[in-house]
Amino acid sequence: MLNNLWLIPIAPFVGFLINGFFGKRAGKTFVTAVAWLGSFAAAALGTLAAFEYAGQYHHGERHLNVIYNWFSSGNIGADIAFQLDPLSIVMLMVVTWVGFLIHVYSAGYMAHEEGYWRYFAYLNLFLAAMLILILGSSYLFMFVGWEGVGLCSYLLIGFYYDRDFAAAAGKKAFIVNRIGDFGFLIAMFLMFAYLGSVDFAQVSQRAMGSGIDGGLITAICLFLFLGAAGKSAQIPLYVWLPDAMAGPTPVSALIHAATMVTAGVYMVARTNVLYRLSPTAMAVVATVGALTALFAATIGVRQNDIKKVLAYSTVSQLGFMFIGVGVGAFSAGVFHLVTHAFFKACLFLGAGSVIHAMSGEQDIRKMGGLWKKIPITAWTFLIATIAIAGFPPFAGFFSKDEILASAFSTPYFPGLGKLIYVLGTIAALFTAFYMFRLFYLTFFGKFRGTHEQEHHLHESPATMTIPLIVLAALSAIGGLIGIPHVFGHNWLAEWLHPIIPPLPGVHDLHIPANVEWAVMIVSTLVAAIGLFAAMRLYRDRGVAADEAFERRSPGLARTLENKYYVDEIYGRTVVTPLEVGSRFLWKVVDSVIDGIAAMLGFFVRGFGDLLRFFQTGNVRNYALMFFIGVVVFMWVLR
Amino acid sequence: MIPTQWFLILSAILFSIGVCGVLTRKNGITIFMSIELMVNAVNLTFIAYARQFDQLHGLIFVFFIMAIAAAEAAVGLAIFISMYHHKDSIDVDDANLMHW
Repeated sequence: MLNNLWLIPIAPFVGFLINGFFGKRAGKTFVTAVAWLGSFAAAALGTLAAFEYAGQYHHGERHLNVIYNWFSSGNIGADIAFQLDPLSIVMLMVVTWVGFLIHVYSAGYMAHEEGYWRYFAYLNLFLAAMLILILGSSYLFMFVGWEGVGLCSYLLIGFYYDRDFAAAAGKKAFIVNRIGDFGFLIAMFLMFAYLGSVDFAQVSQRAMGSGIDGGLITAICLFLFLGAAGKSAQIPLYVWLPDAMAGPTPVSALIHAATMVTAGVYMVARTNVLYRLSPTAMAVVATVGALTALFAATIGVRQNDIKKVLAYSTVSQLGFMFIGVGVGAFSAGVFHLVTHAFFKACLFLGAGSVIHAMSGEQDIRKMGGLWKKIPITAWTFLIATIAIAGFPPFAGFFSKDEILASAFSTPYFPGLGKLIYVLGTIAALFTAFYMFRLFYLTFFGKFRGTHEQEHHLHESPATMTIPLIVLAALSAIGGLIGIPHVFGHNWLAEWLHPIIPPLPGVHDLHIPANVEWAVMIVSTLVAAIGLFAAMRLYRDRGVAADEAFERRSPGLARTLENKYYVDEIYGRTVVTPLEVGSRFLWKVVDSVIDGIAAMLGFFVRGFGDLLRFFQTGNVRNYALMFFIGVVVFMWVLR
Repeated sequence: MIPTQWFLILSAILFSIGVCGVLTRKNGITIFMSIELMVNAVNLTFIAYARQFDQLHGLIFVFFIMAIAAAEAAVGLAIFISMYHHKDSIDVDDANLMHW
């Protein structure tokens, strides 16, 4: 398996081809079988490869599987090559198995949708692209997957292409991601130009070597981070993710929560050598992460669409991951990526199950009292909510605490680290609050929907509940792979240790035991405060609590509801000027250019108009011309 | 012996008459005859030079030209017959479809 790593992304790609070409004519059973098989094969082969890797390599070396030389020109070049190392394996396990669960779930959720085959074809293609992203051994090959997942994201957000807002949301996601990709490309150009390679290991090695300017490293890191901010929805490029909820819910779970949006975190963790060489870049990453975490969490408090709440929550949690990788706790960032994949996938799939039960309703103000009606969904949702809120010993607690404790004790920028810790803790408070608000509004109180919806309420089929149960279990116990040092063995941190090579002159992060205890206690308290506040406000009073808040401070309520008007600000400052500029180019500049081109044509035509009068059709005229021509010719030759 | 110049002058006169005929006449047959006149003026030139230089080349050329003129006459007459079928006329001014 280790020398045939290409089989892993190829498996879902074959599924995509089969479903893409024949899915429309084949039945749903066939489409489902192909899609499940494609994703399961990737998961199984990936697991096999991981075990083989663990058997062969005991110190976390990189296993390189070169397929062929992509191009080489002078002394630069790139290979089509896959690699396996501890970080890829963590990503591989999360992506393939969570991906497989969501494939299973989708069969139930999408059962009555038009374009069932199209959905599964895209989903398989996504998985293939994501696997290239995480298994590629160079930035360039990773970029192939990076663009591939962007394409699939676009296709799946715009899955309901006959709805204007879905088509627009897909376009928005694609265009905003282009801005990030621009940064990624510039970073790669810089690597080619100054480091002479885009291979992960070579870039790291050459960056460590002497004679490399610190400013260059910072530039590469910041441009890479621009790419990461686009893909992973960080300020200022986060705006596409909430809109991306226009896609089907399992897509939100797979692409816009568990896997694709974490690609940026993966990339920063992958580039940890360069980042650690540039504390400036790390400070930027951590600060942006902290601001995004807090900013998105406050918006989440006032959203009423169940998926929008989760979308802002995702943005916020991604911010936490960037705090982790930004303060130098790369394994903590990846740890949160993993646990987040579990509980956020569970939450999104749970939300999908709720929407399914509510006959398509997404507004939590019209839900309520679903606890008894859809018990499996409710229980799994509760477990995932506890996990994201950060109560011990659920998954989110360990990962979030490791991040916050790392921020507190980061050696790279101690002062800023404390501030980031404070911001992160406030964000965690909001997280617990909005998640339990969502939970209580959805599952408690009286049912606020229509009679028809109440009549149709039903628990989802087994294809949907089984993935929910599995993910809820992972949300509950998944954190045990990375328990804090004060409790014992942080397995994940040790597993990932080899990808973070020691650097001369760079102090590695070490969390003192007392800090760890203090942070854990504070975090638990904060989560409890969030929980109790949400419970007091929303358990019995339901939507009335929101209305009271609206009466008391209408300005703040409206600002939050409208997401700080960021979309409007972008509209005014970026989109409108761009549109006006484009219109100017189109209407004015283009007509001038067109005018010049048209003028040339006009001259030619006028000249032709004159000449055509020689074409009289009169034979004797031609004969005369001929004769004159001969005479002139003779005269010249004389 | 008659000097060669005289033949050439005669040939030039015949050729010019032919040109004038081609340019001024409307009737296809007349134009055709004028062309024959021009061709034979050239033949005359060839023969005159052949005689002056006492060589066969010119004579052989004349035979070729006569053969071609005969073939040309056949094709030309066929065209005029065909034109007469379509237009009821062999007036070349009526055959002016290809104009602006």
